[in-house]
Amino acid sequence: MTAKNLFVGCATGFSGDRTDGTVPVVDTLIALGGGVLTFETLAERTLALAQIEKRKNPLHGYEPLLDDLVGPVLRRCLDHSIKIVSNFGAANPQAAAQRIYALARVQGLRRPRIAVVHGDDLTQPEQLQSLLKRLGSNIDPARIVSANAYLGAQQISEALQDGADIVVTGRVSDPSLTLGPVLAHFGWSLDDWHKLGCGTMAGHMLECGTQVSGGYFCVPGQKPVEGMDRIGFPIAEIDSQGNFSVFKAANTGGRVDLRTAKEQLLYEVHDPASYLTPDVTADITNATITETAANRVRIDGVTGHERPAELKVNVCYDNGWLCEAEISYAGFKAKERAMLAGDTIRKRIGHLIDLRIDIIGALSIFGDDAGELAAKGFNAPANDVRLRVAGVHMQKETAEKVSREVLSLYCCGPAGGGGVRSSIKPRLDTLSCTIPRDFVDAGWTIAQEQRT
Amino acid sequence: MIRTTIDLPLHQLAHCRAGDKGNTSNISVIAWDTECFQLLLEQLTETSVATWFGHRHPTRVTRYVLPRIESMNFVLEGILDGGVNDALNLDTHGKGLSFWLLEMPIAAPLQLADRLSNQIY
Repeated sequence: MTAKNLFVGCATGFSGDRTDGTVPVVDTLIALGGGVLTFETLAERTLALAQIEKRKNPLHGYEPLLDDLVGPVLRRCLDHSIKIVSNFGAANPQAAAQRIYALARVQGLRRPRIAVVHGDDLTQPEQLQSLLKRLGSNIDPARIVSANAYLGAQQISEALQDGADIVVTGRVSDPSLTLGPVLAHFGWSLDDWHKLGCGTMAGHMLECGTQVSGGYFCVPGQKPVEGMDRIGFPIAEIDSQGNFSVFKAANTGGRVDLRTAKEQLLYEVHDPASYLTPDVTADITNATITETAANRVRIDGVTGHERPAELKVNVCYDNGWLCEAEISYAGFKAKERAMLAGDTIRKRIGHLIDLRIDIIGALSIFGDDAGELAAKGFNAPANDVRLRVAGVHMQKETAEKVSREVLSLYCCGPAGGGGVRSSIKPRLDTLSCTIPRDFVDAGWTIAQEQRT
Repeated sequence: MIRTTIDLPLHQLAHCRAGDKGNTSNISVIAWDTECFQLLLEQLTETSVATWFGHRHPTRVTRYVLPRIESMNFVLEGILDGGVNDALNLDTHGKGLSFWLLEMPIAAPLQLADRLSNQIY
């Protein structure tokens, strides 16, 4: 007998995404007879920030919006057997699991069966030593904030097959959040590369939330999207052979069509024949997209090849301080005044700190840090601009000179500068490498509820 | 000489999205239709795109073509001043770089330019 198609919805595309997209996704999954709810919450640096929170408080270090994501839908997910799979465990999956147990208690629900995936964290001293050797880096291990391998779908799949209601992970590759439940549902072999490639690309279409359903697509007057204030999060329907379609939650704004799907299909892809995850080398060279209904597309022609031999690792480490400060100039010779202010600051502290200077409103994010594009001049009229000075230094006191210099423009001029804002924050840098699979001891356990 | 082509900004011929991994940006270029795609195949090359991003000093630019979805994917290595954690740019991800590429001029036949002006997709 062929297994029923599986529906997988994704209700966040990063940590900090809207949290009110979850209810329409769950409504839709229930109407379709069930499925899996995923949340993707870990960008490249999110895990390092979570490690810093965990150091401050051992009960923290998971997704700060966890209550808002899970709380409103936990009852209905348990009632309708909708599994929840997410990397919202971040640096502390155990603490996230305990938090969900607590949510269930407060709401008077049955105790869910929560699995926690482990093995991604590589911050044990001997692990760090091996990683640094692999990276060829001589940074002081004490500066390392986080080190995580990207795990795949296998542990998620095993936990679900064992009856978990919820699977909490730290770092796993984003598409594995979808592939895990797909593997568990259809029982595909872990070396069925074609099907794994399909399940992975279904996950890829979902992993950025509304990026596939019109959100990041919209340009008013050129490629408009209706209902930007209530864009629907995406859901994929996957069949036993790996064929899949993507649509969005019912009664929401947004748009899913050829164009939105193409933008997401290629998002953060390098070689289309070789999209690497821990699970498979997915291949979209011959992918095609067809609109099969309003706000629904089918993706065909995806395949996969043998998975990479090694796992990717990200290492985040402390690297000094970033200080940023801004001041506005408007009206007559605004751009000239802002540029003079920037030149003045460069003369005063440019020899102490690496600085970047932007004239927001005239030229900012298109420019390079070295200022090569700015040096070519920019002639567009700009009479309401904001000078931004950014500088980094290993010593906090030195980095802070950026904000002090911008603040002093209030009296020292040029004329008419106002609205100073500044901030200083620790700076994290990332190193990446790959490691042999046997370096990582990946697994999963059912979290023991701890009642305090 | 009678002028037969006109320079159009890329956004009249295609839409784009940028993504980042480390110090590498990838920018997809998705043609609005088949005629646009043919022009882009000729003019939007690794060399022309590398030149357009000259101030970002790409160490390598690779173009991947996906004819079945009339799209290309440009991978520009080394253009993010170190990337999301390292760059001093406000936009450390380079999210906005798709809109830099969308300003690149493409020589289009006058007739095509007429058809493409003010299109809503």
